[in-house]
Amino acid sequence: MHELGIAQGILEIIQQYVPEEQAGSIRSVKVRVGQLSGVVADSLDFSFGAIIADTPWQAARLNLEHIPAVSHCSGCAVNFEIEDLAFCCPACGSTEIRLISGTELQVVEIEVDDGG
Amino acid sequence: MSIITIERKVLEKNDEIARQNRAAFLQQGLFVFNMVSSPGAGKTSILERTLEHLQGALRVGVIEGDVQTDFDARRVARYQVPVVQIITNGGCHLEARLVQDALASLDLAALDMLIIENVGNLVCPANYDLGEALKVVVLSTTEGDDKPLKYPGMFLNASVLIINKTDLIPYVNCDPAALRRHALQINPSLIIFETSCTTLAGIPEWCDWLKSKVSRRP
Repeated sequence: MHELGIAQGILEIIQQYVPEEQAGSIRSVKVRVGQLSGVVADSLDFSFGAIIADTPWQAARLNLEHIPAVSHCSGCAVNFEIEDLAFCCPACGSTEIRLISGTELQVVEIEVDDGG
Repeated sequence: MSIITIERKVLEKNDEIARQNRAAFLQQGLFVFNMVSSPGAGKTSILERTLEHLQGALRVGVIEGDVQTDFDARRVARYQVPVVQIITNGGCHLEARLVQDALASLDLAALDMLIIENVGNLVCPANYDLGEALKVVVLSTTEGDDKPLKYPGMFLNASVLIINKTDLIPYVNCDPAALRRHALQINPSLIIFETSCTTLAGIPEWCDWLKSKVSRRP
């Protein structure tokens, strides 16, 4: 997908919490990426690195939290991970399922070195 | 070290504008859908046949999205419907902001239904909410019956699948039953239509469904 645009979006969110003069204190940025979000982790990492290079933000590193695609089966009330694009319950075969995680794309938190 | 808690969606700006679009549509009781597909699947042709069939029955407006040219808007304009062309100049999907800007050129109160034809792309449009009620994905028989498995994100996000160019089935390596099976494997609640813009097969059924969506508005 648009890893460069996504990286830009992440940076814009960070910039609302950390003023530029403190940009060098950022150690890591935790980003939650769902399996079905359409985002490729390596590309996002590369793109983020590319946009912060030679800027005050260049010390920041992405810390990607991968969230699997998990569905809930209404038939047998269990949660299961979607594997091999099989969108049906592995226990009872029901297709009455609801996705409960896997589409996330969120900036979770920033770790800053405040000298403490 | 200290932690600054954020918990914000990366696409929140787009989502907020999509919410605004959705509210505007709701206020006018407008049924809006987002047509997506790979380039050349037949979105604009289906749109033309749809506008022809619905003439006099529904008041339809169209937003066209393309990388370059206003060819599609010109095709649609021949059916005497209000149409706005968005040219992205390289952007491979429409975003909510572009649609919001286009809405300024349309009188929503004078419409029953708004069709947004997205840029031809089976990947990126899946993740950008425009404020629509649902996505209609078009897949033509010339593209192969395995496409739902190769592009699961789009088929997961769509509510309707139109299998287009059914008149070409005898000439291409596509098993429509396998295509349906693969699509329903990804999204068991997909509503599926089969159409041909050449023979008009399936167009009345598709249009009847659209009419039912419009009459069911609050």
